[in-house]
Amino acid sequence: MSERIRRLEESARRIRRHALDMGEVQGQGYIGQALGVADVLAVVYGDQLRFRADDPEWPERDRFLLSIGHYAIALYAALAEAGVLDVEELETYGSDGSRLPMSGMASYTPGMEISGGSLGHGLGVATGMALGLRHQGNPARVYNLLSDGELDEGATWEAALACAHHGLDHVTAIVDVNALQADGPTAGVLRTEPVVEKWQAFGWHAVRVDGNDIAALVTAFDELREHRGSPSVLVCDTRIGRGVPFLEKREKAHFMPVEADEWQLARDALEASA
Amino acid sequence: MATGPRRTGGFRVTAKKLTTSAMIASFADPGQRTTKAPFGHALTRLAEQRPEIVGLSADLAKYTDMHVFRDAHPDRFFQLGMAEQAMLGAAAGLAEVGLVPFASTYSVFATRRAYDFLCLDIAEPGLNVNVVGGLPGLTTGYGPSHQATEDLAILRGLPGLTIVDPCDSVDIEQAVPALAAAPGPTYLRLLRGAVPTVLDEYDYRFELGKTAELRTGRDVLMISTGLMTMRALTAAKELEADHVDVAVLHVPTIKPLDREAILRHAKPDRLVVTLENHTVVGGLAESVASCLAFAGAGTRIVPVALPDEFLAAGALPTLHERYGLSVPQIKSTVLKELS
Repeated sequence: MSERIRRLEESARRIRRHALDMGEVQGQGYIGQALGVADVLAVVYGDQLRFRADDPEWPERDRFLLSIGHYAIALYAALAEAGVLDVEELETYGSDGSRLPMSGMASYTPGMEISGGSLGHGLGVATGMALGLRHQGNPARVYNLLSDGELDEGATWEAALACAHHGLDHVTAIVDVNALQADGPTAGVLRTEPVVEKWQAFGWHAVRVDGNDIAALVTAFDELREHRGSPSVLVCDTRIGRGVPFLEKREKAHFMPVEADEWQLARDALEASA
Repeated sequence: MATGPRRTGGFRVTAKKLTTSAMIASFADPGQRTTKAPFGHALTRLAEQRPEIVGLSADLAKYTDMHVFRDAHPDRFFQLGMAEQAMLGAAAGLAEVGLVPFASTYSVFATRRAYDFLCLDIAEPGLNVNVVGGLPGLTTGYGPSHQATEDLAILRGLPGLTIVDPCDSVDIEQAVPALAAAPGPTYLRLLRGAVPTVLDEYDYRFELGKTAELRTGRDVLMISTGLMTMRALTAAKELEADHVDVAVLHVPTIKPLDREAILRHAKPDRLVVTLENHTVVGGLAESVASCLAFAGAGTRIVPVALPDEFLAAGALPTLHERYGLSVPQIKSTVLKELS
């Protein structure tokens, strides 16, 4: 295994550990998603994104837009891993006066580019940022992490059309397909498959990958960076609760309740999987 | 021309009946002095001085006077197609990287359809995005799909949003640079096409957030906004013949409201009449009413506004007469109150 992959796997494990620590503060939350998307965030922040940890407003930075505000716990973990946030600050997660509210808000947190949460907003803002950056001759790229549930939102597809029409090949959408949304499995709530073919029909370069396979993610992101002429989307199949086997099997997984005594068990399981 | 009913192509028509299409583009009175596309030209001029100005459209550039900017600055114009949510999101993204966007569409689409995007992407982060809404209130005979009779009611609740309802081309030309200079989000009720030019005859300067007393008078105080200010001025002039002395206070900025000026002018010594091209619910009338009530100034106000209902389709002059916005209707409302 290459050093690059090993390093990113270690990073993903720390992101998971941070998420569990924050989850324990609240006793519940979008833990399953955070564990599921940790590998994607490890690769994005540890390998792909151009940013300065000590200068989150650096104008040349690549933008990473979190559409899914409720995944904030995962992004805080990644920002701590990336050095944008101090690890100690994660203890304040969701507490009064904290810069880390349970749903991500741009005005609260360094490195949080937009206030997501109302779904279907990220890709539209990404479109405008990409148009503006290109107009200004700024080489920065724009990434947007959205969920498969967000594919229900019409605004996502409006923006998909616009991105392709304007040839914004510095835009990369990342769709976290965990196949679960608030009311149950995505297949039963509103069928979104075939996802890749939909993006391709909208004029996007689409690649599908196991979102919990770091080597596969690195290869895919590298390939997307080289693509020219159209925006790219990386469809990532992830597993809710990934890395903590007993949480992977949990029935109620969208907003996951975890018992007080389970947090340490989860951390132990995570270490054991190393 | 025939004056009685006649037959044309199988339809029985009355020669003098106004049609919707004849009056769809402009509410200017016949013979009234107008200026063409004042918004488009003002934005183009401003863009010559400020390179960060950009324009967006959702497939209505031609119908919101944005085409003037598009043709003058094609590299700074972004077409988003008939997708208002994406347009307002994109406008937010452009502002996030330091540009100053003007995004135009019809008011109904900017407010009813894309509200969440105006709220969360633009207003919550306090971005300098200027949303320009065509066909505000009753300025088209197309019916409720296009009549934004409740746009002020929808938007007044949005924290941090500046709302401007200009009277004429002079107001628009002066408002555009002021809106770009204001650091936060704004909404401009756009009068498009051949827009009446009225305020140049008054000693008037548009000032964001300020009212302007265009005329003094002892008997009645008209507090008006948008195109109703020109009607208020005409009605005031004509009421001189009835020995009624009318003051006109123009309120081009609906939010933030110039409360201090309204409290100073609206005293119980005069009949207070509000005039707006908007439903009586949640617009100028209620803004003024709450301003007075919250200050403990219990002056009764008489609203001239659209009724709380979905309006008919038809020719604008007919509709303005029917719904009480015409000059004769304003005069009759005032005279009835005074008698």
